[in-house]
Amino acid sequence: MARKSPLEVYKMLPGDNCGECGEETCMAFASKLIDRDAKIEDCPRLKGKKKEKLIEYLTPPVREVKIGDRTIGGEEVIYRHELTYFNPTAYFVAISDNDPSLEERARKVKSFVMERFKTDLKFDGIAIRNKSGDPEIFKEAVEKVMEIEMPMILCSFNPEVIERALEVSSQKRPLIYGAIDENLEEMCALATNYECPLAVISSDLRKLWELSTIATGSGVPSIVLDPVTDSLNMRGTLNRIVEIRHQAIEKRADPFRWPILGVPAASWLVEGNGYWEEAVTAAILQNRFVDAMILNTIETWAILPLLTLRQNIYTDPRFPARVEPGVREIGSPNDESPVLLTTNFALTYYAVEGDVEGKLDCYIIVADTEGLAVEPSIAGGKLRASDVAEIIKENKLEERVKHKKLIIPGAAARMRGDLEDSTGWEVLVGPKDSSGIVDFVEKHWKK
Amino acid sequence: MKKEEMRIPKLVIDALDWLEDLKDVEEIELENVTIDVKNGIIEISAPTLLPAMIEREEIMKPEIKIPEYVPFSHEWPNSIEEIQLGATKEEGGTRKKIFRIGGETGMPFYPGSEMKNRPLVTFDVFDMPPPLPKAIREHFEDVMEDPVAWARRGLELGANLVTIHLVSTDPRTMNRAPEEAAETVRELLDNIDVPIVIGGSGNPEKDPLVLEACARTAKGERCILASATLDIDYERIAKAAIENNHVVLAWTSIDINQQKELNRKLLNLGLRRDQLVMDPTTAVLGYGIEYTISVMQRMRLEGLRGDKEISFPMSSGTTNAWGAREAWMKREDWGDRMLRGPLWETITGITMLLCGVDLFMMLHPRSVQTLQNVIDQLSKIAEKGVEYENWVTM
Ligand code: B12
Ligand code: SF4
Repeated sequence: MARKSPLEVYKMLPGDNCGECGEETCMAFASKLIDRDAKIEDCPRLKGKKKEKLIEYLTPPVREVKIGDRTIGGEEVIYRHELTYFNPTAYFVAISDNDPSLEERARKVKSFVMERFKTDLKFDGIAIRNKSGDPEIFKEAVEKVMEIEMPMILCSFNPEVIERALEVSSQKRPLIYGAIDENLEEMCALATNYECPLAVISSDLRKLWELSTIATGSGVPSIVLDPVTDSLNMRGTLNRIVEIRHQAIEKRADPFRWPILGVPAASWLVEGNGYWEEAVTAAILQNRFVDAMILNTIETWAILPLLTLRQNIYTDPRFPARVEPGVREIGSPNDESPVLLTTNFALTYYAVEGDVEGKLDCYIIVADTEGLAVEPSIAGGKLRASDVAEIIKENKLEERVKHKKLIIPGAAARMRGDLEDSTGWEVLVGPKDSSGIVDFVEKHWKK
Repeated sequence: MKKEEMRIPKLVIDALDWLEDLKDVEEIELENVTIDVKNGIIEISAPTLLPAMIEREEIMKPEIKIPEYVPFSHEWPNSIEEIQLGATKEEGGTRKKIFRIGGETGMPFYPGSEMKNRPLVTFDVFDMPPPLPKAIREHFEDVMEDPVAWARRGLELGANLVTIHLVSTDPRTMNRAPEEAAETVRELLDNIDVPIVIGGSGNPEKDPLVLEACARTAKGERCILASATLDIDYERIAKAAIENNHVVLAWTSIDINQQKELNRKLLNLGLRRDQLVMDPTTAVLGYGIEYTISVMQRMRLEGLRGDKEISFPMSSGTTNAWGAREAWMKREDWGDRMLRGPLWETITGITMLLCGVDLFMMLHPRSVQTLQNVIDQLSKIAEKGVEYENWVTM
């Protein structure tokens, strides 16, 4: 699939360069549209056929779907290096409607947060399972979950049960899970009438193709595809997912231009499986294009690597994440506080900041290494002693502290001589991992 | 079939709508209507009510037409080189078991793409006890002084091969002579019957000498010599591999051009195409794995598209996972580290597997077993699946 070009977009814009969109020219607006930093509606002069054409042109091959206020899908490429991925996989935690500790579990899901490098890793929503089989119990469970305000998936194959829940929750746009061959017509009618997204489910791709076509054809506003996460047949599962995504992106095959749902929670159907196996299933799916997942686990040891993997895969390869170079004050440093050196690669800087924050008052010199970590910048010559001397001068560090001592990362040990020459400061080689900084300062600073 | 029967009368109702004032009687009239579908034309014989022929297309408009489903074809002009590890007596070695890696004709575990050879796990063994996280140490405490016993344990625990890391040769540790290292290798070869990977200490001056000595001792065994890099004497390593029939691991750091350059240089020295495995560097989950993902996927894609300079099997230092603090650090709020650590290594491995890695260097028994399991599962389509819909009510 060829990448979208700003020129093509420009041709579909009015060409008035009136600035009403907030951009100076139509061309600038075209670039913003492609980067998804602007919306078509921002140009008030665009109307009629041209507008429709542009909407069609800009709609990503995998359409975006909103579950509650969480957007999934919207992908343009198969592999992240071809551009970037846009909407991180949404993680939903399954709760059964007759679980006596339903509210407690829901609150746990909501409040779960792990910080990694200044971003919060969190769950995205809750999938309520109609384990009881009872419409009334299900409705009440949905009402309880609604109170914690997270995107929801309503899981039942019984249209009556779903309808009862939609009566109270449809304004929250839950995902209806789901439509299978047997209930298709009723589920489509519900999704259409209540204007909610609908999951269509089948392990047979031709059937899934048909279900999706019939659903959109009968007015369902948006679809999520569940090609069945089968723990006894993971190869079959991957084959289906890969096929769907290639149909969408390489062939723009309409029935498959929707986000894909994976259900690692279903791995518990296999006797003997538990959190470990569920995490393994989720890791496989996280590497293969799924846009949303339903899991049982809220075990931190299992969820931390998964959310980390998601964070990694969805970083934008077009821009190495970096922070502003310069000097940072952590806590309230005085003229005796230590001075640390690190690079402006976001991951590196936040690792260091996270390790000293609240534990140590200090200054951090952030060198401009063009967004490289410590080792790559040393290997590539991007961490330069002269730059560090420059930063010290520019920020008048010699007036702010009276010790002239600099702690550098263990991995930068071989720069020690150069740094001492350029800055005239004494250089202490710190530990390899920034988690050792506080200890290091306690042992080596005060003397 | 049932659906068809239900739908066709509805079409007729739509058609009837064209005629005025018939809504009230539609139910009665329908009973007298017979419908025939031939070649996409609907013939409705209710002469007083409707025109005899109506284009089906036209009527179907509010109804739903299912577009034809044409499966996607994943075909590639080139395939990945196939490489034999180990050599039997007839072939000039002494291995009872040999393996092959590579030979892929498509992206890993994609529809229709055959995984000609199963990816393998090689177990990390060190020639002196290294500092290891508790979760790993507890499985090997009693064998860490004895590489042969350690290797046996690794094989029992599910690995296919063994890697011996000759870290004692580093001048900063015990500075053992290359000949001493070669003895360790010989002893290992004499006591286990699978192919081995021979790893240096990472010292750029010493490694070529160590690998050369070991290559000679292990002549004809088709071991992997780990590793040749651009900034050490790779020529020496390549020559040792050529003269003694081994495979070279070409290690670069997350850079496709660098990898091509190294491959080219090694091949120009006379290394055969079936003597080269690439290690593009495994950055760890949480610490740059996305760079590795992208570089490996690009290498595999370009290899399959026809770039012969990069169409070689890949190896991953999956053990690197233990460098991430999330894998080893004791922290209550991160959950049980005895599970977290092995899962960190497992997920790093799974990610690499799905990028096309053929050979995994690993360390924790549970990670090894899980990855082997995943490889088995992904290698074939199972006939019987789960009763999927039950997950909603289980
Ligand atoms: C990802 C990566 C890359 C990415 C860089 C992405 C980026 N934004 O930095 C890319 C692909 C671009 C890259 C390129 C290169 N890389 Co590279 N790369 C890595 C890799 C896999 C991970 C680095 C990383 O992200 N680490 C995570 C961050 C958070 O770590 P960090 O910055 O070091 O910070 C930690 C510590 O240093 C410490 N710390 C940080 N600040 C401070 C401050 C103080 C005071 C203290 C006490 C501690 C401290 O705590 C932090 C947390 O633990 C490593 C291998 C590895 N280590 O796993 C190789 C590695 C660093 N790369 C290496 C090389 C050789 C290169 C290249 C030169 C290759 C080439 N020839 O092109 C280039 C150089 C870049 C250039 N062209 O200019 C080598 C370096 C060898 C050496 N020691 O000299 C390594 C070790 C791989 C290897 N074994 O060969 N690389
Ligand atoms: S508002 Fe529309 S016409 Fe005016 S500059 Fe922006 S894109 Fe062009």
